Amino acid sequence: MALNAKIPEGLLKDKWQNYLNKTNIVNPANRKKLDIIVVGAGLSGGGAAASLAELGYNVKVFFFQDSGRRSHSVAAQGGVNAAKNYKNDGDNVYRMFYDTIKGGDYRSREANVYRMAQVSVDLIDHMTAQGVPFGREYGGYLSNRSFGGVLVSRTFYARGQTGQQLLLATYQAMMKEIKRGTLTQYSRHEIQDIVVVDGKARGVIVRNLVTGEIERHSAHAVVLGTGGFGKIFYLSTLAMNSNGSATWRAHKKGAFFANPSWTQIHPTALPQAGEHQSKLTLMSESLRNDGRIWVPKKKDDPRPPGEIPAEDRDYYLERRYPAFGNLVPRDVASRAAKERMDAGYGVGPLKNAVYLDFKTAIEKLGVDTIRERYGNLFTMYKKITGIDAYKEPMKISPAAHFSMGGLWVDYELQTTIPGLYAVGEANFADHGANRLGANSLLQASVDGNFILPNTISNYLSNEIRTGKIPTDTPEFDEAEKAVKEQLQKILSIKGTMPVDQIHRRLGKIMFKEVAMSRNEKGLKWAIEEIRKLRKEFWTNVAVPGDDKGMNSELEKAGRLADYLEISELMAVDALDRKESCGAHFREEYQTEDGEAVRDDKNYMYSAAWEWLGGEKWKLHKEQLEFKEIEVKTRSYK
Amino acid sequence: MNLTLKIWRQEGPEAKGKMVTYKVSDISKDMSFLEMLDVLNEDLATKGERTVEFDHDCREGICGQCSLVINGQAHGHESHYTTCQTHMRSYKDGDVIFIEPFRAKSFPVIRDLKVDRSSMDKIIQAGGYISSFTGMAPEANSIPIHHEVAESAFDSAACIGCGACVATCKNSSAALFLSAKISHLAKLPQGKVERMERVVWMVNAHDDEGFGSCTNTGACAMVCPQEVDLLDITRMNYEYNRALATVRS
Ligand SMILES: Cc1cc2nc3c(=O)[nH]c(=O)nc-3n(C[C@H](O)[C@H](O)[C@H](O)COP(=O)(O)OP(=O)(O)OC[C@H]3O[C@@H](n4cnc5c(N)ncnc54)[C@H](O)[C@@H]3O)c2cc1C
Ligand code: FES
Repeated sequence: MALNAKIPEGLLKDKWQNYLNKTNIVNPANRKKLDIIVVGAGLSGGGAAASLAELGYNVKVFFFQDSGRRSHSVAAQGGVNAAKNYKNDGDNVYRMFYDTIKGGDYRSREANVYRMAQVSVDLIDHMTAQGVPFGREYGGYLSNRSFGGVLVSRTFYARGQTGQQLLLATYQAMMKEIKRGTLTQYSRHEIQDIVVVDGKARGVIVRNLVTGEIERHSAHAVVLGTGGFGKIFYLSTLAMNSNGSATWRAHKKGAFFANPSWTQIHPTALPQAGEHQSKLTLMSESLRNDGRIWVPKKKDDPRPPGEIPAEDRDYYLERRYPAFGNLVPRDVASRAAKERMDAGYGVGPLKNAVYLDFKTAIEKLGVDTIRERYGNLFTMYKKITGIDAYKEPMKISPAAHFSMGGLWVDYELQTTIPGLYAVGEANFADHGANRLGANSLLQASVDGNFILPNTISNYLSNEIRTGKIPTDTPEFDEAEKAVKEQLQKILSIKGTMPVDQIHRRLGKIMFKEVAMSRNEKGLKWAIEEIRKLRKEFWTNVAVPGDDKGMNSELEKAGRLADYLEISELMAVDALDRKESCGAHFREEYQTEDGEAVRDDKNYMYSAAWEWLGGEKWKLHKEQLEFKEIEVKTRSYK
Repeated sequence: MNLTLKIWRQEGPEAKGKMVTYKVSDISKDMSFLEMLDVLNEDLATKGERTVEFDHDCREGICGQCSLVINGQAHGHESHYTTCQTHMRSYKDGDVIFIEPFRAKSFPVIRDLKVDRSSMDKIIQAGGYISSFTGMAPEANSIPIHHEVAESAFDSAACIGCGACVATCKNSSAALFLSAKISHLAKLPQGKVERMERVVWMVNAHDDEGFGSCTNTGACAMVCPQEVDLLDITRMNYEYNRALATVRS
């Protein structure tokens, strides 16, 4: 099967309009006859569910939390980007496109990125109309801040809880549609499989997490907005129940998985304090606007940070990257921290952290301004560590955070299974090999609200005569049978190793060899270890209880079973790419001073993997073409 | 530290529940409260016993999914913390800790410590939104909003919908949750258009869902993780009376 990205004709700036001019739309009277299943109620899924319901389709939305308002988008802190140029600082759609392509190290699809920058402008209008209390200047107009990897201020924010506020607006839009009767929600439901009939996605098999029942739901199209799989590292900034299962099961039904190994390791999370730790809390990137990162110049300097004078501090980002300083992109900042820590300059009891210091900013701007900008983050830091960051620098450390990889989608956000769409972090589309801060809330929201509703109609316009999709067919029977068998198999093992313990071990393998820095030997080792661990899981996992009702251990086991397969593909993908780009840093390909070396001649492609069964995959390459931007070596010096 | 836990176990909504005693050992001070429960559950899983069901997701105080009553207090002993933000620093060796679900008529127990809070969704469905469809919005800066107004709307909008206000209220009222949404939207110009229908519909939905009435005790504001202001309840009463008065005239 050849990949067809379906990029519309014309100049970059005209492509989306050209697409909209020609795409098929569905007569409002026919929309009621069309069923759409949306999985996920985050910004992408929730936005899609609400917008499609507004258009008059018959929409069902599924998610595993008890309310859509708890989807993981809620945890995003820093902000959302848009090329409004309210600051008169030279921002525009092209510059945003340029920054995003460059930030992604020239490994994303030009047309998609340009479209994201174009519709970013509408998103801020949309969210403001929905009641998002964005930060404002004293004149009453919207305020902006800067994020890493850019030289303009285009980030809109609602204190340090931007994701929460955008998600609540999205959730409220869903509640409005539920009241109108166009949307039905299924909370505490988890997708177990995608049902494909005659090559088209026609429904899902779900488990009702409260009753344990396995249910069948059919539709004319299925949309996955199920978020990222960074929790594969066990320790990550993601919520405990975030998972890769929906996309992975779609992959095993024929959807190609693209660039799976590109994981963003965020530079400013809280360091691990002990073995028992279950998650790493993020400290928003926005803190790097006013905070300065440093380590002591002397190894094992015993002095408390406040007593170390400026001349004994190494502000290593400002030293290595004078142009961008503390605001270099995340991959660069994380690797630089790793470099200092590996060289023995880490701070804290486990030497696994660096300082993020606000002293200069507090002196310059006053404590009140800092409190207004980041108050909730400082409070959060204090609640977790017991330390007052107004008086003493924070200790921070890199942590797994975001999946740039995901289901391969074309310009219409359709996967390689017709009728199956992927939106938000679940797809691979816009961020290339490294995502810029505040671009992900944007991508998730615009995918769901503005892009998908306009592209899915192109497919659905051919479905108006199909009629209701029956669920009593062999395809549904088989999918349901396989799901039930897998659950029974897990329960029958009755081993001695709790799910979380196996997951922690997987996380260690992944963080060691498939994270910030990779090499051939390590990746091969990781594959062997993952296979051993998978075997151990299937012979010795301890899952008590049954499948008749609520059973969190069973839920976690199902997700881990998938992680134990995704992890292998991540290593395979990292092994295949013999270059360094963005978050993918292969030690074999670097300059003398440790900067990444790309190989545009051989690797200017997105790697889309097809599952062949067992532990085998076939690589399909989507060659990337850059027509309206000059491909350069990424430099933040 | 070694601790004794007394945990509410209940098979299902109709089943009778009871407190069951467990011991956990080697708990370190820097663990979070939920990590302490993870230790217990790993122990139970290893022994083949059904683990304790409790709700949680983000584990950083923002999703509102976690929900325990610890030693009689919703979200534990620290004011304005969520359960997931509570750490073991403040416990000592030998402590006995009582762990129960959020209790309220409108929050039936699903299993053990997990409760059904869909009644809160119903309140928002009644009118906790602005009826603007995707595509309708005017340019964002066409509606200037005073800095202080935006900040104040944020204070109300910050509610994480955890339900601790209900669990702590002697009347099981959701007035703080309800008034936070009413205030958030009533403070902003975008939300003013529908303010009258909204407050009436939402207050009615609150009562229909079986939540109790507010008697202004203020216990809710003491536990609220986002420190939603009690004044929001006053504002809600004002909005409600204003709406009724306007309809009558
Ligand atoms: C701590 C943190 C801070 C961040 N800060 C920022 C920021 O400041 N700016 C920015 O732009 N980005 C930020 N991001 C990234 C951004 O928040 C996410 O990429 C984005 O919100 C993802 O949205 P989504 O809709 O794709 O998925 P999510 O919001 O994760 O939603 C996933 C949905 O899918 C459902 N689901 C998942 N699996 C299943 C299944 N198997 N069955 C049923 N339902 C399922 C879930 O219930 C949920 O409703 C941050 C991320 C983290 C972790
Ligand atoms: S788990 Fe999200 S608020 Fe506690």
